[in-house]
Amino acid sequence: MLSAKAKTQFGNFLFVAPYLFVFAWLLVWPLMSGMGLSLFKADLFGGATFVGFENYARLMSDPVFLQAVGNTFLFVLLCVPPLAIIPLLLALLLNRSTRTAAFFRGVFFSSSVLSVTIVTLIWRMVLIPDGGFVANILAVFGLPPIPFFSDPGIVMGSMAIITVWWCLGLPMMLYLSALQQVPQDIYEAAALDNSRWWTTLTRITLPSISRTVVLVVIMQCVLQFQLFGQPQLITQGGPNGASRPIVLFIFEVGFRRWDIGYAAAASQILFAIILLVTLGQYLLSRKRTGDA
Amino acid sequence: MSHSRNQKWREVGVLISLIVMGLIMVSPLIWTVMLSLKSNGELLRSTTNAFHPPYTGENYAAIMANSGVFRWLLNSAFVSILQTLGVLILSSLAGYGFARLEFPYRNQLFLIVLFGLAIPEQAVIITRHQMFADLHLHNTYPGLILPGLAAPFGVFLMTQYFKAIPKELDEAAMLDNASRFKIFWKVLLPLTLPAQATLGIFTFLASWNDYWWPLISATRADMFTLTVGIASSQINFAQTSGLGYLMTQAVFASLPILIVYAIFQKYIVRAVAGAAVR
Repeated sequence: MLSAKAKTQFGNFLFVAPYLFVFAWLLVWPLMSGMGLSLFKADLFGGATFVGFENYARLMSDPVFLQAVGNTFLFVLLCVPPLAIIPLLLALLLNRSTRTAAFFRGVFFSSSVLSVTIVTLIWRMVLIPDGGFVANILAVFGLPPIPFFSDPGIVMGSMAIITVWWCLGLPMMLYLSALQQVPQDIYEAAALDNSRWWTTLTRITLPSISRTVVLVVIMQCVLQFQLFGQPQLITQGGPNGASRPIVLFIFEVGFRRWDIGYAAAASQILFAIILLVTLGQYLLSRKRTGDA
Repeated sequence: MSHSRNQKWREVGVLISLIVMGLIMVSPLIWTVMLSLKSNGELLRSTTNAFHPPYTGENYAAIMANSGVFRWLLNSAFVSILQTLGVLILSSLAGYGFARLEFPYRNQLFLIVLFGLAIPEQAVIITRHQMFADLHLHNTYPGLILPGLAAPFGVFLMTQYFKAIPKELDEAAMLDNASRFKIFWKVLLPLTLPAQATLGIFTFLASWNDYWWPLISATRADMFTLTVGIASSQINFAQTSGLGYLMTQAVFASLPILIVYAIFQKYIVRAVAGAAVR
């Protein structure tokens, strides 16, 4: 017999049970079994043999994977700083309650509601050297087209440009709502002191929203390490793998070559990288802002 | 005097820089619309006349005649709406449970759910794909909808929101001898409408724009969502002779979500801001 208390607690548990079931079934279990699978040499058609950490050792000496890791870090380095700074500038300019500001907020956020397939379709025709928007403008000034997608030294930069255009809306909104939390009387005091705009910005505004800056940087790092659609759709990772990120590597190995144990190992490494980078930044930011 | 004059010049400077940046922001969109209004034959020769007539509606007529695109649009709408409803129901129930009710290991379970926020989709994709293959869920609507329901963000948001509601409200209802479900349904849930709107908008946008899972799960053209459908026609980009048609697809595929955005802009902005404060 269940006691009355146990009965109540069971009734209480029923509220969280449906979600916990889905969570365990579709997130926790695949994560655990993925970790297990990464220790096997396995393909889709049955055979799986335990190989220990051999998949990981193979990854560490696989030039294609190492290049993908390098590409991904390069991409994150190229697009996270602009994604932290440009939206901040926009937010500073748009932090007012006029209709003009509302209109421009709408404009700068509009790209964020588009899917990656639309974004790549649009940007391919903007950047393509043969008849693209940028090439046409350059031609007006008698300049040659830039090989945005076919030069290995440029291609990740092109991906970063596209991504900054696509993703700047959300950080801008986060900055705007942070700016609205800054108490107005601080500004009024500064205005009395006749502080210059730059002093106000660096002494008052930025310190008050430093937590949001950290949030934006961490969030964008997590997001951008998962780069996939832009290169998959535009360059298929080329030229010579110069635009293949880790996720595209996982996709190709797992769903084109069906080497699923190997792909599972690569996805665990991506998970570890994202966790470490997030954790590192979090700890660093706490240290710098003095445990604030 | 000179102070207010400075102010005025600063205002003008701000406006000019906003207009310049705004133009950079929208020029890819305008370019796309212009190309979509051009005949494919003309674009094959050159795109330099995109901003000059003649324009044509032939690409739009061709899209209307292509039933595949409408099928993808309906698939996207069906999947996003059901996924959004599912997330709202599961997150509200769980949020109430974690915020208000007592059961063994409550805090530990909540911590595990929070940790789930850090799991990227790619870390689970290989084994999830296998599970769904074993259950014959690929190329079905449940197969497209289910994975989105596991995202912990909604539970996190709703738990925070329920915690912020004063406890006196449910205690008063408890005195009236109302059941837990009744308190949840009649007293607390109506108070969470702003959070429901935030979560609903986020979930709908994420679901509508999801590319990764439908790309892997839906391999039959009739089960494509709009994102995967548009991607499938992009793969042969280099060989295509229908540039104008492709650009029309981009316009056509962006229209529904841009219209939704235009209508709900106020709420979306509030939703983003609301999620940020937490």
